[in-house]
Amino acid sequence: MDLGSLKALNAARHARRAVMLLTDLGEGRERVIAPGDAVEGGLDSAVGDAFRSGKSRVVETGGRKFFLNVHLPPPRLVVIGAVHVSQALAPMAEIAGYDMEIIDPRTAFATQERFPDVRFHAEWPEDVLKARPLDAFTAVAALTHDPKIDDYPLREAILADCFYVGALGSRKTHAARVSRLKATGLSDAQIGRIHAPIGLDIGAASPAEIAVAVLGEVISALRKHGPEQGKTGKA
Amino acid sequence: MLYGRTTMQDTFSPDDISAPVDVAQRWTEAGRTVAIATVIETWGSAPRPVGSHLVIDGEGNFHGSVSGGCVEGSVIAEATEVIADGKPRLLEFGVADETAWRVGLSCGGRISVYVERVG
Repeated sequence: MDLGSLKALNAARHARRAVMLLTDLGEGRERVIAPGDAVEGGLDSAVGDAFRSGKSRVVETGGRKFFLNVHLPPPRLVVIGAVHVSQALAPMAEIAGYDMEIIDPRTAFATQERFPDVRFHAEWPEDVLKARPLDAFTAVAALTHDPKIDDYPLREAILADCFYVGALGSRKTHAARVSRLKATGLSDAQIGRIHAPIGLDIGAASPAEIAVAVLGEVISALRKHGPEQGKTGKA
Repeated sequence: MLYGRTTMQDTFSPDDISAPVDVAQRWTEAGRTVAIATVIETWGSAPRPVGSHLVIDGEGNFHGSVSGGCVEGSVIAEATEVIADGKPRLLEFGVADETAWRVGLSCGGRISVYVERVG
């Protein structure tokens, strides 16, 4: 393997970009591929499938054998609001393999002792997301009901093609949210990506049950549609 | 994750920094000769998934895992050859293998491992 290929692969991984190392097992040559890059005939659909599924595999075409090694960033879950639901969600998300963090600028809520094992930002989403931008491998759940806190990260999540965007709140709250987001220039299709009411319809009542419903919905978005789903509206 | 004669720095780095592909780059940039072994196919109950890496240097230091310990010794030995002649090799391991008594996978699976030199 060329050192240049290895460096390009690692640079993409550290930038949380999907990347693939395509190795010709016969010749021993490899290529670093990003989603959407053109590849020689016969491999096109296999490369696309591998990026969607995240599954690395050997593909034989035209008498040649290739290894497609896909590296997808680990899924991240950004929760807006240090509320009861987030307290229950934190350990569940960790067990399910999601790298979860909480953003809440309200210091009364933002006590680290309520969230001992979670990355916690007691700052405004505007400030946190500038330093740690959202991406297609990130899920965002806005749980504060407070437009001052929730609206900005919801809009950013849509623009960043986050694989899941959910917002807590009644239908009435959400209707008001929709008109506010429309006023910022988002289209109906873009706003339609927000899961609201949040969570799978399992009749969740307690904060812990709502956390289960939210996590289930996040998993469903990742596994059934994949991180590319948000990109359909774009070139 | 298995560790060979790694340095303290490697052993105590956070997981992401210690991903085998990062270690391969670091070792190569430090002037060490390096080979990367990759699980490219598995059959049955293989211990490590496709895409898993083991990184080996010219001195026999290694980092990562392709089988959870069953066949690492053989892969490291082959990697030394790969580092010496620069030719990639495709290795297969499994209980049906004639060398199974020596390096077989106790789980009964089979794996195919590609070994290549960096640089």
